[in-house]
Amino acid sequence: MEEKLTLFKNRKRFGIEKNIDIIFKNTALVLSSFVAIILLGIILVVFFQSFESFSRYGLKFLVTSEWNPVKDEYGAFTAIYGTLVTSFLSLLITIPLGVGTAIFITEDFVPKVFREIIGSFVELLAAIPSVVLGLWAIFVMEPFFRVFFVFLHNFFGWIPIFSTEPTGRNSLLAILILVVMLLPIVTSIARDSLNQVPKKLRNAAYGIGASRWKTIFSVILPAALSGIMAGVLLALGRAMGETMAVTMIIGNSNAFSWSLLSPGYTISSMLANQFGEADGSQVSSLFYAAFVLMTLSLVVNIFAQWLVKKFSLKY
Amino acid sequence: MIKTNKKTPKNVILSLENVSISYGTFEAVRNVFCNFKKGKITSLIGPSGCGKSTVLRSLNRMNDLIPNCSLKGTVLFDGTNIYDKRVDPVEVRRRIGMVFQQPNPFPKSIYENIAFGARINGFTGDMDELVESSLRKGALWDECKDKLNESGYSLSGGQQQRLCIARTIAIEPEIILMDEPCSALDPISTLKIEETMHELKKNYTIIIVTHNMQQALRVSDMTAFFNAVEYEDGDGGKVGYLAEFNSTKKIFSSPNEKTTQEYISGKFG
Amino acid sequence: MNSLYYQKRLSRNIGDKFFTSLSVICALIAILPLIFLVTYILYKGGSQITPELFTLEPNPPGDDLDAGGINPALIGTLIITSIASIIAIPIGVGGGIYLAEYSKGGAFSKFIRFGVNVLAGVPSIIAGVFIYALIVSTKILFGSMYSGLAGGMALSILMLPTVIKTTDEGLKLVPNELRYASLGVGASMYTTILKVTLPSAFRSIATGVVLGIARAAGETAPLIFTALFSYYYITGFGDLFYEMGSLAVLIYNFALEPYDAQNKLAWAASFILVLSILSVNIFSRILAAFNEKPKRV
Ligand SMILES: Nc1ncnc2c1ncn2[C@@H]1O[C@H](COP(=O)(O)OP(=O)(O)OP(=O)(O)O)[C@@H](O)[C@H]1O
Ligand SMILES: [Mg+2]
Repeated sequence: MEEKLTLFKNRKRFGIEKNIDIIFKNTALVLSSFVAIILLGIILVVFFQSFESFSRYGLKFLVTSEWNPVKDEYGAFTAIYGTLVTSFLSLLITIPLGVGTAIFITEDFVPKVFREIIGSFVELLAAIPSVVLGLWAIFVMEPFFRVFFVFLHNFFGWIPIFSTEPTGRNSLLAILILVVMLLPIVTSIARDSLNQVPKKLRNAAYGIGASRWKTIFSVILPAALSGIMAGVLLALGRAMGETMAVTMIIGNSNAFSWSLLSPGYTISSMLANQFGEADGSQVSSLFYAAFVLMTLSLVVNIFAQWLVKKFSLKY
Repeated sequence: MIKTNKKTPKNVILSLENVSISYGTFEAVRNVFCNFKKGKITSLIGPSGCGKSTVLRSLNRMNDLIPNCSLKGTVLFDGTNIYDKRVDPVEVRRRIGMVFQQPNPFPKSIYENIAFGARINGFTGDMDELVESSLRKGALWDECKDKLNESGYSLSGGQQQRLCIARTIAIEPEIILMDEPCSALDPISTLKIEETMHELKKNYTIIIVTHNMQQALRVSDMTAFFNAVEYEDGDGGKVGYLAEFNSTKKIFSSPNEKTTQEYISGKFG
Repeated sequence: MNSLYYQKRLSRNIGDKFFTSLSVICALIAILPLIFLVTYILYKGGSQITPELFTLEPNPPGDDLDAGGINPALIGTLIITSIASIIAIPIGVGGGIYLAEYSKGGAFSKFIRFGVNVLAGVPSIIAGVFIYALIVSTKILFGSMYSGLAGGMALSILMLPTVIKTTDEGLKLVPNELRYASLGVGASMYTTILKVTLPSAFRSIATGVVLGIARAAGETAPLIFTALFSYYYITGFGDLFYEMGSLAVLIYNFALEPYDAQNKLAWAASFILVLSILSVNIFSRILAAFNEKPKRV
């Protein structure tokens, strides 16, 4: 018993070690609160910078579309409309495509190897920077779709959304490039949700003689629905905040038009375009627009998180 | 450590005084009084879920690591309440080592598994020597002396458990707590471990949880029988309590309580 | 007749055929353009690659038929991404350690985890707007306005949630028994974390962090009014406080130029960016697949 007192000299923890332990813990605590500080900082900074514009225009800012630095008149309706239209329409196209693809890679139509390759390929695409997609949209997509747009206008011009003569970059192209960006997100989240549906549910349906698609529609999709919904909402948040690809292809015009074939604007593309050169009250109005964008994406995001939580409680 | 003036009977190294332990609002064990004697082996027996592991973990403050686990009462070690605010739980664990129910070697080499704890405790002697002697005491030396640099995970489950025992022995704690250390072992390794325990008894105090009556009878000097009952004021769940604590001989030949008799003869549990 | 043979004309079977084909079509519509996109970028960009590209400065548009190279942008991307990593990794790993190792699922950690998810959803251009207001317009960094440093800060805001999340989740995968083992031999909490839990989770954390860095390297929106752009070589430490180019912003600027030479430079830069991001992704996927789970007997 005596010997070990000499061999183990740290049996008693010295002050230094105890202090290191405490410092380590508190440092970690401080570092984790950085997230909250930054988040709060972003909200406060954007809010206070937009204050001047907010007090001048109030909520009228949201519904008027004049954006005129010369006359010092600002309203963000065109950009808000563009943000909402491009994100919702692109989502509308993406959902069936993405969910369909997800079903394709979770069912056993083709051997597992192929499905896995397709799955990881789609996920890899989420890693391509949006500025590169923008470049591709300018030089490949736009010329490719030009004829098609003319056709759309000629035959469906009586519908307001196709009512203008297509002239190069426009909102519809922005929607299409958004589809390319959102597809990986929706597909991989839908795939994960479908994979999480317990096997026994599927077996139960097969067991009572349901066909494959009967099973998919009446058992599997409903069980995966809230997960897919959460993924869709996350994608919506991304679509609304997406900047580069949209800025490069949407045409950047503040002239309001219902038509998707005319150049448009989104809040983020407006910020990207004007922030560097703005001064005076234009800056504050841009911050106001940024605040609107942030609020939109926060609401969508928090709702998505709420869904995810509700979803994960179920299983 | 901080000395208090509590009087404990001679030869008692660790004593529980009116200890109750809860997980959140669920009370797992209630009002335990128990004196563990220095240099003896004490076994804790009882039906599953009666709180043996819970009590054992409370003896070196491992329960601190379980969220919302709380303890009322005092645990005196060396004359000090180890739940005193001024006590450093890390220091407690350096003096009261623990072997867990599931073998949990570090994802490091066998040698490092032993050396890690010793180094933390500021070992100044010859490390190779310590590794060898600890592995010998853990009845593992012959099987692994040629592969000390291989990962601890390359061993079988039983060997891993003996590595964990050797790891604990290496830091030479005053008390060794063992939670069903042999539940993953074959009879031969079990016997080896039991031999080791007899060997260790000369220098250490050992407290062991076991479901194996024969083992309790073979190795221990004292036996504590825990049981669980439903209390009227409880919220439905069973609450563990110390039903009987006596010398092993007494418990297994003529216990005072009827439930003890029933349990050791295999009537329930 | 109630035969067990497969009947083609049964409405159930027709429906199944129809929907199966529909999902195949969906997959094709989704995949084919994507394949085309990647091939096109790699082909079109790859054909512009020359050795001078890596060493020359870009020429301002219009002057010259020869566009020069992308050296400053390439170096700039490396620098700005490094700055972002230097800021985000310590904060994120430290924060993740607190969430996974210390906080016991209390209100604070719930709040922080929520915050991490919200921050991950903040549009990247807002990070740029924030740094613009905080750093660029106030000239708080020794009087400099647009700078590589400010750009790095904006990117670090985007990296932070990824790093915290991967650290938190990586550490949560480490079995508790391992912590008990270490604490049971009398290790302090910080020793346990630094010597046992963090090394066990190292691979998954490193993978996540590297993917986060790769993503940040392609981010453009936070840089266009924080780091701005520069045509000139980066020569010394002091250049951190001035406008700094990056591959991403170069692509943006030069894609919108009417000159073919600049457009080609944008394609070349895209090639380099996409190739490096994709290889990092593929490499870490392969690594992750080989080390699915820590070996336990
Ligand atoms: N981490 C925990 N959180 C909540 N309750 C727990 C926890 N650990 C144990 N319990 C509860 O406390 C009671 C006692 O558990 P304990 O593990 O101490 O029993 P035991 O006697 O060791 O059983 P066994 O012989 O099966 O190992 C049980 O009712 C158990 O459900
Ligand atoms: Mg137990």
